[in-house]
Amino acid sequence: MNFVSPNLLPAYPEIFLLVMVSVILVTDLYLPERLRYVTYILAQLTLLGCGFLTIAVGFATEGHVTYTFSRMFCADVMGHALKLFAYLAVSTALIYSRAYIADRNLFKGEFFVLLLFALMGMMVMISANHFLTLYLGLELLSLSLYALVALNRDSAQSVEAAMKYFVLGALASGLLLYGMSMIYGATGSLEITQVAKVIGSGAPNKVVLVFGLVFVVSGLAFKLGVVPFHMWIPDVYHGAPTAVTLIIGTAPKLAAFAMAMRLLVNGLLPLAVDWQQMLVILAVLSMAVGNLAAIAQTNIKRMLAYSTISHMGFMLLGLLAGVVDGNWLNAADAYSAAMFYVVVYVLMSLGTFGMVLLLSRAGFEAENLDDFKGLNTRSPWYAFLMLLLMFSMAGVPPTVGFYAKLSVLMPLLAAGQTWLAVVAVLFSLIGAYYYLRVVKLMYFDAPTDTSPIEPGLDMSVLLSVNGLAVLALGIMPQPLMALCFFSIKSL
Amino acid sequence: MASTPWLTFAIWTPILFGLIVLVVGDRYAAQVRQISLLGAALGLAVTFPLYAGFSTQSGAMQFVEMANWIPRFNIHYSLGVDGISMLFILLNSFITVLVVIAGWEVIQENVAQYMAAFLIMSGLMNGVFAALDAMLFYVFFEATLIPMYLVIGVWGGPNRVYAAVKFFLYTLLGSLLMLVGFLYLYDKSGGSFSILDWHKLPIAMSAQLLLFIAFFAAFSVKVPMWPVHTWLPDAHVEAPTGGSAVLAAIMLKLGAYGFIRFSLPILPDASHQLAGFMITLSLIAVVYIGLVALAQSDMKKLIAYSSISHMGFVTLGFFIFNAYGMEGALVQMLSHGFVSAAMFLCVGVMYDRMHSRMIADYGGVVNTMPKFASLMMFFAMANCGLPATSGFVGEFMVILGAVKFNFWIGLLAATTLIFGAAYTLWMYKRVVFGEVANQHVAELKDINAREFFVLGALALAVLAMGVYPLPFTEVMHASVNELLKHVAVSKL
Repeated sequence: MNFVSPNLLPAYPEIFLLVMVSVILVTDLYLPERLRYVTYILAQLTLLGCGFLTIAVGFATEGHVTYTFSRMFCADVMGHALKLFAYLAVSTALIYSRAYIADRNLFKGEFFVLLLFALMGMMVMISANHFLTLYLGLELLSLSLYALVALNRDSAQSVEAAMKYFVLGALASGLLLYGMSMIYGATGSLEITQVAKVIGSGAPNKVVLVFGLVFVVSGLAFKLGVVPFHMWIPDVYHGAPTAVTLIIGTAPKLAAFAMAMRLLVNGLLPLAVDWQQMLVILAVLSMAVGNLAAIAQTNIKRMLAYSTISHMGFMLLGLLAGVVDGNWLNAADAYSAAMFYVVVYVLMSLGTFGMVLLLSRAGFEAENLDDFKGLNTRSPWYAFLMLLLMFSMAGVPPTVGFYAKLSVLMPLLAAGQTWLAVVAVLFSLIGAYYYLRVVKLMYFDAPTDTSPIEPGLDMSVLLSVNGLAVLALGIMPQPLMALCFFSIKSL
Repeated sequence: MASTPWLTFAIWTPILFGLIVLVVGDRYAAQVRQISLLGAALGLAVTFPLYAGFSTQSGAMQFVEMANWIPRFNIHYSLGVDGISMLFILLNSFITVLVVIAGWEVIQENVAQYMAAFLIMSGLMNGVFAALDAMLFYVFFEATLIPMYLVIGVWGGPNRVYAAVKFFLYTLLGSLLMLVGFLYLYDKSGGSFSILDWHKLPIAMSAQLLLFIAFFAAFSVKVPMWPVHTWLPDAHVEAPTGGSAVLAAIMLKLGAYGFIRFSLPILPDASHQLAGFMITLSLIAVVYIGLVALAQSDMKKLIAYSSISHMGFVTLGFFIFNAYGMEGALVQMLSHGFVSAAMFLCVGVMYDRMHSRMIADYGGVVNTMPKFASLMMFFAMANCGLPATSGFVGEFMVILGAVKFNFWIGLLAATTLIFGAAYTLWMYKRVVFGEVANQHVAELKDINAREFFVLGALALAVLAMGVYPLPFTEVMHASVNELLKHVAVSKL
C-alpha cells in the first residue's frame, strides 16, 4: 500500500492553532474564575505564535505557491499576508473587547475558543485551493460566529440576531454549494486551479457553468454582505454584543475577500466577462442602499453596518475591473486595489468599533450616535482619533481611506468604466454626510453624558496607534500598497 | 538657492507648529497663543526667500523640489512655484499671522484647537499653491476642508452646523468629479500625475469638454461662481471672524488658482470653446450678485456677496485671454485677499463688542470709534476700487482687457464700479455715520493696539499695492505671458 505523507509545512500555522485551541479549551476547564485571564493571555500568545509560523512558512516557501494535501490546500503570499492581517485584527479585537466582555460577564473560555475557531475557519478559507476546503473553512467560521453572536444568551436581541444570521447563512451556504456542484458537473473537478484549466480549455458547457456561477456569486455576495444579500448585516451588527460585532465586522472581511479571489479569480477567471457584470450590479446597489440607508440610522452599530455594505460594494469595483475585453493586463492592479481596500477597511473598522467599545461601560451600551455628543469636551484625544477614522471612512485625504478609494478608482478608469467611477464618487459623497454627522456630534454639540472615559492602558495605546495609523498610512501609503501588489502579483 | 527647500518649509512649518499647539493643549492657553504666533511668524519668514530669490525673467517653475512619494502610482512629492503661485503663498502666510493675532483675546474656548486649525490650514493651502503633482494638489486641496469644517462648526454662529455641512459637501462634490478627471488624465498620459506633463498632453475635443466640466465642478464651487455660490454666504455668516477672513482671502483663491493651473493650460481648446459660457457666468456674478449685495441687511452676508462679485471679475479676467485680463485678475485676487480679510476683520471688531452683524443695529460708530472708522473707510474705498488702493489696479486692468476683447463685456463689467461703490458705501454710511443709534453704540470702545496692528498692516498692504503695484506685477509677468502663449496653441 502506497501512502505518501503530505507535506505539512504550508499548514503549520493552522496545525499550531488547532493544537493551541485544544490546549486552551482543556486548560480553561481547570482554571478558577480569578485566573481566567490566563486564557486571554494564551489566546494572545497563540496569535503571536501563528504570526511567527506564517512568516516562517512564507520564508521557507520563498514566496512560491505551495500546494499540499493533494492540492486541496495552498500557501501563497496573498494567503500569508491576509492571515497576518487576520491575526492582527483578532488580536486587536481581543484587546479592545477585554474590558467590555468582562463587564458583561462574558469573559469566559468559550469566547476565546470560539473566536480562535473562527480564525481557523478564516485561515482555511484563505488557503483553500479546493471547493470543499473552502466550504469547510467557511462553515467553521460561520458556525463559530453564530455561536458568538448568541454568546449573551439572556439577551433576546442577541439570540434573535443569531437566529437570523444562522438561517440566512445556512441558505447562503446552500446556494454556494449548489453553485459549486453545478461547476463540478460541468468541469468534473472540485480543485480550483484544475477548474480554471478545464474552463479555459473551452470544453465545458457554458450554460451549466454560468448557471452555477450565478449561485456561487450569490453565496459570495451573502458572505460579503452586499445588496441584495445584505439583510442580515444590520440586524446582526445591531443585535450582537459590540465586542462580537467588532469581530464580525473586521477579520472575516479578509476571509471573504480571499474567498472571492479563490473562487472568481483563481477558479473562474475565464468566466470574468460574466461575473464582472454581476459584480457591477452588486456594487452599484450596495453603494446606493448602504450609503442612503446609513443616513437614516440613529444607532451607530446599524450605521456602521450600512457603511460596511457600501464599503464592500466599493471594494467589488476593484474586483470587477480586472479583465477588459479578455485582456488580463489590468488584473494585478485591480485585484491588489481591492485587497488594499479590504485591509484598510478592516483597519478603520477596528478603530471605529473600538471607539464604540471605549464609550461603553458596565451597565451602559454606547450604541446611539448621540452617545458621541460632545466627545471633544470629554476627551479631545479620542475625539481626534474618531475624527481621523471618520474622515478616513469618508475617503477624505490625507487619511488612508482616500488612497483605498483612489487605488480602486484607478484600475476602474483604466478599464474604461468612467461612468461607474462617477457613480462611485457620487455615492461616496452621500456617504460623507453621515460620517460628517459623527464629527459634528463630537465637536459641535455639547455632551449629554459626562462620565469619565477610562480605558485600560493596553486599549488606550492600541486605539491611539490604530487611529494614528489611519493618518500615517495616509501620508505614506506606499508600503502597504506595495505589499498588496506583491501579494496579488505572485498568485 | 535651489538647495534649500523653502517650499517644504513654507508648507510644514505652520503644520508642525499646529501639531505642537495641539499637544500643548488648552491648559496652557497663554503659551498656546505665543507658540501659535511664533509658528505663524516663522511660517511667514520662510516665505520671504521665495520672493527674494525669485527670478522675474523666467516663466518656468522655480524652487523645484522632487521626491518619490507613492511609486506604486507614480505619485511624487513635487513642488515648485512660478510667478502666479508664489505671491499667494506669501499672501496666505501673511494673512495667517494676522488671523492668529485677531483671535488672540476673542477666542476663549478651545484656543489650542482654534490656533492649530488655522496653522494647519495655512500649511495645507501653501501646499495647494506649491504642488506640481496633481495628486499632491488634490490631497492638499481636500485636506483644507477638514480644519475649515471644524472652524465653522465649533466656533461659528447659531446656524453653524448647517453652514459647515453645506460647505463641506458642496466642495467635496466638486472635487470628487475633479478627482475622476485627474485619474482619466493619469490614464491618458500613460501613468503620470505631473501637472507640467499634462500641460503638454494632446487631448481630443470631446474629452477636453468633459474634463473641463469636471474641473469646472471643483473650481467653480470653490471660487465660487454663480450659480454654485450659495454655500458661501452661509459659511461666511456663520464662521468666526478668522474663518471668514481665511475663507475669503485664501480659500476662494484656491478655486481661481485651479482654473489657471489646470483648466486653461491643460484644456486650452475647451477653454476657448466655453469661454463665452464662463464670461456669461462671471458677468452674472459681477452684476447680479452686486445687486444682491445691495439688498443685504447683514454685514457679513453683504461682504460675502461682494466677494462673489469680485471673484466674478477674476474669472472674467481669465477667460478673455489677454495679458491685461489675466494679470488684472491675479492682482484682483491678491487685492481681494487683503481687502476682504480686512472687511471681515472690521466686522469682527464690531461683532466682538456688539454681538450683532445687523446693519440696523448700528449707526454713528464714528462718534465712539474714530480710529476704527477711518481704517474701515479706507478698506471700504478699496472694496469699491478707489484709485490708489489695490482694488483699483486689478479692476482697472480687467476692465481694460475686457474692453479690448469686447466693448459690451467691458461695459457690463465696469458697472461693478457703480454697484460696488453703492453697496459698500451705503453700508458704511448706515453703520458708521449719522447719529449714535443706540445705547450700545454709545458704549463702544475704540480699537486697541492689537486690533490696530492687524488692520493697520492690511491697510499698508492695500495702499502699497495700489500706489506701486510693480513689485507684484513684475513677478507674474513672465509666467502670465508663458501661460497665454501656451493657451493660444491648440492641443487637438
